[in-house]
Amino acid sequence: MGQQIDVNHLNIYYGNFLAVEDVNLHIAANKVTAFIGPSGCGKSTVLRSLDRMHEITPGAHVTGEVLLEGKNLYAKDVDPVAVRRDVGMVFQRPNPFPTMSIRQNVLAGVSLNNRKIAKSDADDLVEWALRGANLWNEVKDRLDNPGIGLSGGQQQRLCIARAVAVHPQVLLMDEPCSALDPISTLAVEDLIEELKSDYTIVIVTHNMQQAARVADYTAFFNLKAVGQPGHLEYFADTSTMFNNPQNEEAERYVSGRFG
Amino acid sequence: MSPMTSASKPSSSSASSLTKPVSGEKADRVFRAVAYACGILILVVLAAVALFLLFRAWPLIGGDQRTNGEVIANFTGGRATNFWGYVGPLLFGTVLVAALALVIAFFVSIGIALFISHYAPKRLAAALSYIVDILAAIPSVIYGLWGGLVLVPAIYPFWNWVAEHLGWIPLFAGPAANPPRTVATVALVLAIMILPIITSITRDIFLQTPKLLEEAALGLGATKWEMIRLSVLPFARSGIVSASMLGLGRALGETMAVLMILSPGLKYSFHLLQASQNQTIAANIAAQYPEADSIGVSVLIGTGLVLFVITFLVNLLARRITEKASK
Amino acid sequence: MMAQPQSSPKADKAPAIDFDKFNPTRSYTAARKRKDVAMRALIILAFVVALIPLVSVLWTTLVHGARRLNWDFLSHNMTNVIGGNQTPSGGYGGILHAIVGTLEITLGAMVISIPIGVMCAVYLIEYAGGSKLARTIHLLVDVMSGIPSIVAGLFAYSMFAILVGPGTLSGFEGSVALSLLMIPTVVKTTEEMLKIVPNDLREASLALGVTKQRTITKVVLRTALSGIVSGSILAIARVIGETAPLLMTAGYIVSTNANLFSGEMTTLPVYVYQEYSKYHANCPADAGSGCVTGIPMERAWSAALVLIVIVLILNLIGRIVAKVFAPKKK
Repeated sequence: MGQQIDVNHLNIYYGNFLAVEDVNLHIAANKVTAFIGPSGCGKSTVLRSLDRMHEITPGAHVTGEVLLEGKNLYAKDVDPVAVRRDVGMVFQRPNPFPTMSIRQNVLAGVSLNNRKIAKSDADDLVEWALRGANLWNEVKDRLDNPGIGLSGGQQQRLCIARAVAVHPQVLLMDEPCSALDPISTLAVEDLIEELKSDYTIVIVTHNMQQAARVADYTAFFNLKAVGQPGHLEYFADTSTMFNNPQNEEAERYVSGRFG
Repeated sequence: MSPMTSASKPSSSSASSLTKPVSGEKADRVFRAVAYACGILILVVLAAVALFLLFRAWPLIGGDQRTNGEVIANFTGGRATNFWGYVGPLLFGTVLVAALALVIAFFVSIGIALFISHYAPKRLAAALSYIVDILAAIPSVIYGLWGGLVLVPAIYPFWNWVAEHLGWIPLFAGPAANPPRTVATVALVLAIMILPIITSITRDIFLQTPKLLEEAALGLGATKWEMIRLSVLPFARSGIVSASMLGLGRALGETMAVLMILSPGLKYSFHLLQASQNQTIAANIAAQYPEADSIGVSVLIGTGLVLFVITFLVNLLARRITEKASK
Repeated sequence: MMAQPQSSPKADKAPAIDFDKFNPTRSYTAARKRKDVAMRALIILAFVVALIPLVSVLWTTLVHGARRLNWDFLSHNMTNVIGGNQTPSGGYGGILHAIVGTLEITLGAMVISIPIGVMCAVYLIEYAGGSKLARTIHLLVDVMSGIPSIVAGLFAYSMFAILVGPGTLSGFEGSVALSLLMIPTVVKTTEEMLKIVPNDLREASLALGVTKQRTITKVVLRTALSGIVSGSILAIARVIGETAPLLMTAGYIVSTNANLFSGEMTTLPVYVYQEYSKYHANCPADAGSGCVTGIPMERAWSAALVLIVIVLILNLIGRIVAKVFAPKKK
């Protein structure tokens, strides 16, 4: 089951530079929440702060809190490694491990956590995760082939299978379709629709039609000027955001008049 | 063309300037020929190295085998009487010392390269890269001097400890020689010398690891080390192999440090801590050369040819691996 | 096979998974963390371990070398040096002849290898493109950079023995040996520099009707000049410390010989080695306190210090040239 996230007064810094300012946001469990906004508004940064991935940039730090089901991810005693196990991530471009087979790719996460996994358990998990990612029928006969031999869309679904195999509570997707062709995009979007019964999903997208198609809620991020910190401008359920936004900037953005 | 140049030429040229030679055509051809010659020269030089060495070593093959045998017996104190009997232990010693140096340098180099590429803060990393380059710039004769005068006395207690506690492993069979002018000490110095080569190549490749792959591992909840094992090391595998080969090639041919530290011997021996066990081809050439007569020089050049062929193959293999990986 | 986005595969028979099975035990999580910390410690340790010899080499050379390093040492050669006794000038011999030898032999190597190396790179990048011959030469240049220095020495020795006469030793012979080691470095750095010269520059020049030769010399090489210069300086820094090939080609003498083409010559690294192999100097029983038995070692250290200083300064100059005059990359 998915878990909810509450973001309270979150400021994200890179060194001394304030990248994102004072974000307050409730992300509902088992729903799809989309982040939209112009380039540089910090939507990817906020997404990455939800599983502390932004910390791999040296000097990155935050103030404020991110509560996963009431538990602060930035509390002193929390290990970012453990956070990333509970909150899975899918990236802009498919990134299967090039030296690993399809099967090994799916198992990459769990084999970090456990020394020995019974082969039958592993087989079940691989099938479950690949079915979950709508990929099983396409690859079941060649699980031992390298993961990079697949097409771009298949690779991205393999990456989703790899992420769900760890059984996270939340799945973050950073423009998961930006490198895919329309058919693969459709496949991934349908998958998102199915996955939300099991996970809380947060997706960053540049494509507003995509946000309108897949998301239950939409958060619009904006920045006042280049070099200024980004901020959360407007948050609403998706139909309000795209049909009747109560925010001028958001309206201008979704109607394609800027950005 | 500017009006100035066309005016300075015979009047007919303006009509047929597309077909007639323009000024500089000759220089152009000469320049091209010189460049071509220099390119070909590389091939010629490499062939010449092999041919001149072969020619000078010829008495060894085509000459009177009896005299050859006497010279070799003289070199070896009667232990060997033919060329292969002579070059065998030398080759063994060369490979032993170089392989040991590689084993020592390998892990340290990878460690330093990872430290520079993934652990150290940016500014520190730049300083460290510079330090590694300095390490590479120090001439080998100075490593030899330092090894012979500073390291040899300083490291005896350590080798002695190793011999006492790990002596049950045949490699470390005691008693440790004092002064330790041994294969173990030489391998250590050679390791220091090849460390910068391996470090700088592997560091460059580690830095090229796609960010995406690193994020893939971290996103699954990998620790930093697990990320390196999952993403960085597999990506850099062929680079690591070829860097090691280049390091090995360097260690195989190193002369001065071995010459100045090792107490030589001509045995097929694995006793790393004992003196007078092995000798390398390169150091042996430098050591025997001043006193060798004409046939003696032929024998030494013959061993040099063997060394040339081996390092050539090792380097060729290393470059092939890099080439394949970069495709 | 086409994706089948419409089907709902989880409905049919996805295996039921008991995820508790895959949950990490607390002890295993702790073990992972320990391993991470241990590897971090090992990696830092590797670095510290590598620093020890570097610091030790530089420090001991500085300390031992500074003792006998003075003007007398730099301005005298080794003639009239008897055992550990003081020379009439109050010193213990010096390295003047070795400095002269090092400069001349290295200069000789430069004169041979820089033009050849640069022109070879010009051929590879500007003329040959990616032809099979060019790729072979490129590969062989790489391989050539791995030739052991002693083999280079043997080559020069054999060549001169065959072409000039057996037993020939001269400074120039040393230069030839060093060129063999230097050419690959020059070719490789020049190649790298020529590659980053933007193609627009070449096309702009050729479009003006300038011949290829002038385009290369006036535009391409000029743009790449700083890189070629710094690469060559680094190549010089490399070969200036070579010992083994010079032992058998340039020989060893105690007096100053300024003629590169005739007679033996001493270089600094060879001097260091020769003094090191002497180990002790004789001091007769009636010699005064001015006689130093350990003088060869002290001379070796001082010469080593001079050598290290030269090499490091060359390195520094090469780096500064590369940095200050570097063409701006896109």
